[in-house]
Amino acid sequence: MTQLDSRPVPGPALQRRPARVRTLWILAGLVALGLLMIASVAFGSRIVPWSDIVAGVQGHDDNLGQAAVVKRIPRTLLAVVVGAALGLAGAVMQGVTRNPLADPGILGVNMGASLAVVTGIVSFGLSSATAYIWVAILGAAVTAVFVYAVGSLGRGGATPLKLALAGAAISAALASLISAFVLPRSDIATGFQSWQIGGVGGASYDSLRQAGPFLVVGFVVSLLSAKSLNSLALGDDLAAGLGERVALARGVAALGAVLLCGASTAVAGPIAFVGLVVPHLCRLLIGLDHRWLLPYSALVGAALLTAADVVGRVVARPQEIDVGIITALIGAPFFIYIVRRQKVREL
Amino acid sequence: MTATHSLEVSSLELGYGDRTVIESLDLTVPPGRITAIVGANACGKSTLLRSMSRLLAPRTGHVLLDGREVHKMPAKELARTLGLLPQSPIAPEGITVSDLVGRGRNPHQRLLSRWSREDDIAVAAALDATHTADLADRSVDELSGGQRQRVWIAMALAQQTDVLLLDEPTTFLDVSHQVEVLDLLTDLNQTRGTTIVMVLHDLNLAARYADHLIALADGKLHAAGDPAEVLTEDTVRAVFGLDSQVITDPTSGKPLMLPLGRHHVTV
Repeated sequence: MTQLDSRPVPGPALQRRPARVRTLWILAGLVALGLLMIASVAFGSRIVPWSDIVAGVQGHDDNLGQAAVVKRIPRTLLAVVVGAALGLAGAVMQGVTRNPLADPGILGVNMGASLAVVTGIVSFGLSSATAYIWVAILGAAVTAVFVYAVGSLGRGGATPLKLALAGAAISAALASLISAFVLPRSDIATGFQSWQIGGVGGASYDSLRQAGPFLVVGFVVSLLSAKSLNSLALGDDLAAGLGERVALARGVAALGAVLLCGASTAVAGPIAFVGLVVPHLCRLLIGLDHRWLLPYSALVGAALLTAADVVGRVVARPQEIDVGIITALIGAPFFIYIVRRQKVREL
Repeated sequence: MTATHSLEVSSLELGYGDRTVIESLDLTVPPGRITAIVGANACGKSTLLRSMSRLLAPRTGHVLLDGREVHKMPAKELARTLGLLPQSPIAPEGITVSDLVGRGRNPHQRLLSRWSREDDIAVAAALDATHTADLADRSVDELSGGQRQRVWIAMALAQQTDVLLLDEPTTFLDVSHQVEVLDLLTDLNQTRGTTIVMVLHDLNLAARYADHLIALADGKLHAAGDPAEVLTEDTVRAVFGLDSQVITDPTSGKPLMLPLGRHHVTV
């Protein structure tokens, strides 16, 4: 025990093995996302051959196949962007609350964004897409704070189950409020219904452009929170001991997640469970370090939502099933699995 | 490597809500030594330690590190000089030992800086000093209580602070692991000159391992100084309300407290 600082660095075997596994999974994720994006422009009520895909991507729409590709490109991009936003938001929320059940859907944040949009449309006559996004972000933020406050009441603070219950209860209440607003208004009810389930079918370059700036800020803020989330994961006292300003760090990370949830809900409706499933899967594949986990959750979220959209278009041809239904079908059993695992504990 | 730092508490008052836990406390932590804080349950030991590490703002008074108020120092700057190991830190499910220890580097990293060679060296040295290098790839969940505590101490070491505060580092450990942890902390103190302040439950272990003993009673300083002067029958009565006999420990020459209960006493 002399001169501790001059001890050698651990051997390469110790350090590189996890790094190599991580690189492999990242490559696999990128390849999967690329294939899914191709599938997303190829498959639908009409299956398009490769030559038309290439032509369509270059902007030609000389035949039905190419026209379908041109129409499916913004849809594909929206699925990628919204999926990435939800996957990342879920990982951030699970980190901020140290709660394995945190998800923008389960905690009611997306539903809060929806209610805010609906209220804006019905009561204040909002009609611009940018206004929807601002209102959605506001709704998401208010709901996040409210659910967290309700979930923290009583003994033990915001335990995983209390937070999930508070989120579920408040979600249900918000959903019925939304129905109360929408049902009497047959003029908006039909279009709204599909939006409410959660879908990327109505995608356009406009919706992408409008949500873009908000999503970019949300992505940057969330990704920059990675180090703070690593410290927060060790408990508030230790995080503070490591030089983190705990409340500030938590607030900034939550703000990033709320921006992502609000903006993606405004353009694609409240899609649940992506934010729940994706971070758990990613932790298994590449570990708990948020500096890797956060970007990887975005990547896998993008792949999952794109896959859900493709599946929804293929299984019920020529009809479509909205992605919100597909993700719920995947996510609900997974939710039960996590709850039933022997120890639901703080992350 | 270690610079000596002064750590002082002056006319400190601490509390939660209406309840006052610590009243007008003054004390000085001897630099480069091991200090143990002892006292009965709920006497304010942990509260004092929390305040010394800026987790709890004082109602009045100051905690001064090198003459600067810790509650006004930038968080990361403080965390490069003064480290804290709380009583029950959370190990995220499935985290590996090396990942956990690496998180101790946080105060040395900027927002966008990459993992550096310096970080690698600090982590390796911390694993080495705590004899946990062979556990580096293991999941913390799989470790025994004693191993886990060594890993937490390794994390605190990776932080490379000259002052280290520990809240009951031996709680929940069996006696052999308690001694192992205290031996380890003594090694650190002797090789690096790290100033160590710890809250300890066990009076006899505190007297054996500490150079400086602080006895609190009801939120006030009862006695502070060399264990041989502080650990007396009078102190034990005042602090714990217990009759005792204090003898010289034949193995260490330090004071050893033998409690006198109502039964099984023949003297």
